[in-house]
Amino acid sequence: MPEGPASGGAPPIEVRGLTKRYGEIVAVDGVDLTIDAGDVFGYLGPNGAGKTTSLRMMLGLIRPTAGLVRLFGRDPQVSVAALEGVAGFVEAPSFYPYFSGRRNLELFAALDGPAVGSAARIDDVLETVGLLGRAKDKVRGYSHGMRQRLGIAAALLRSPRLLILDEPTTGLDPAGMRDMRELVRGLAARGITVLLSSHLLVEVDELCNRVAIVRSGSIAYEGSLAELRQTAGLSYRIRTTDDARAREILSRQPSVRALDAGQSGGLSFKAADERSVGELSLGLAEAGIAVLELSPRQATLEELFFRLTEGGASPEPDAAEPAEAVAA
Amino acid sequence: MPSVFAIYRWELRKLRAQKRTYLGLGAAAVIPLIFVGAVVTQGGEPRDVVFGRYIHDTGLAIPLVLLLFGSIWMFPLITALVAGDIVAAEDRHDTLKAILTRSAERHQIFAAKALAAGSYAVAAIAITGVVALVAGILASGFNPITSLSGTEVSAPHGLALVGASLLVYLLPILAIASIAVLLSTALRNSGAAIVGTLMFSLLLQLIDILPGLSGLHPYLLSTQFNAWQGFLRTPVDWAPIVRAAWVCALYAVPALIAAGLIFLRRDVASE
Repeated sequence: MPEGPASGGAPPIEVRGLTKRYGEIVAVDGVDLTIDAGDVFGYLGPNGAGKTTSLRMMLGLIRPTAGLVRLFGRDPQVSVAALEGVAGFVEAPSFYPYFSGRRNLELFAALDGPAVGSAARIDDVLETVGLLGRAKDKVRGYSHGMRQRLGIAAALLRSPRLLILDEPTTGLDPAGMRDMRELVRGLAARGITVLLSSHLLVEVDELCNRVAIVRSGSIAYEGSLAELRQTAGLSYRIRTTDDARAREILSRQPSVRALDAGQSGGLSFKAADERSVGELSLGLAEAGIAVLELSPRQATLEELFFRLTEGGASPEPDAAEPAEAVAA
Repeated sequence: MPSVFAIYRWELRKLRAQKRTYLGLGAAAVIPLIFVGAVVTQGGEPRDVVFGRYIHDTGLAIPLVLLLFGSIWMFPLITALVAGDIVAAEDRHDTLKAILTRSAERHQIFAAKALAAGSYAVAAIAITGVVALVAGILASGFNPITSLSGTEVSAPHGLALVGASLLVYLLPILAIASIAVLLSTALRNSGAAIVGTLMFSLLLQLIDILPGLSGLHPYLLSTQFNAWQGFLRTPVDWAPIVRAAWVCALYAVPALIAAGLIFLRRDVASE
């Protein structure tokens, strides 16, 4: 693992065996992650899964009990120089309430030092997040959404190559969430690597090309959402003129698995492939049972998420759409 | 990477934007005015206090009496009001995570904060000194003062001695500020740090008056609040002044080192 100056080829984030214990409580348990340049990486998990603690360790705010973090090859525990090209916030962004939005940014720019050139970007970033008109107002009068946007502005001041955002849409109204996601999408399009912590599946599905799903402090899945969906396979829903007899016939077929009653009538099952599904429909027709509906169904992200974070307790795959929030 | 001076300037700006700063500095200005007002309107003088008998004779006696009066709780409280909040305020606003993820090292931020707390304490003593002198001279005149050795000191020379006394008075004040910074860093709660600093100061005053502990007196912080009286002797008695310098350092330096280590090593997590 390279030390010292940032290595050109080093990934934006590399985490190995990252662990944080508070007495008997293990908040983060042996997390391994590699986030490559250009990734929009979703760090997904229910509240209390250890996402924020991991992010704080990545930013050098908390000392790991074990393991290591490298940002572009440098250790944030050794020097704040490891945060060169890195910006973001954990939990809600915080500001000095007695200063205006602009004054807060001026302070942060001063803390970035002259080499980063943050001071020259203050107007630009205020414009980017739509706060130029309110920049002179004291932050204590800002709404939650305005603070979130000012948090993004404070991060953009550093002209980051890696942006770490912890639940940036939490507490925003639907319009604010949409705007924030647009903003993140735009930043990613500019080539900024983004680590986005969230408990919102829709958000991660919409923005991220790769995800890690965290469960009780450790990684339950890492990869793309498409791969995650593939691992779950297809299930089918069938509705016939005689579901009871259809169930008897299907249960005798070796290619049928996970046969169950559907929540809103009909049956659900998994099959080895589409050809065997076709044969099943012919078999039912020969038995005098008409097929009223036979439809494939991909497992929703919500189901996959629950399987991974709650030990396989997935809901019946009948829901039309995945719920947006998967954890309170 | 920013310079400590740049961060220090921002710490001063933060202080300038907070009410508690004006509360402390306002008290440092108003208390001498109240005292002088009482001197003018009430007559009489605090004869049991050093220089108390001269407050109607020369304005130079006014700041000296205030230094004695202020050492018990007034100046420790004014000092702790800001120094006890200097780190705890970041915890209150949850802003440590914001400033520690920029490009300033923790030791730079801590140094700037300690310097800002010290600067505020210096400003408080300077304001009290200047207001007390101006108001005192207006009320009682710019006249010679009698030293503790009984010799008369000319008014200009006396003014210089009052200035030197204020400087020496800063030594225990800065030690108190350092302890307040330590409590602010360790307790992460401004109220607890302010009360804790005041309790510490009052505890030392208590030890000072307890019989059987006289051997400790030269090494108590409270004793160093009287070191300036060395200037008001003829010739100048440097012994208490020199002792104040190293005794105060014995309180201040370990407190600042401990505070710095806590600040460098602490986890910045949500409470």
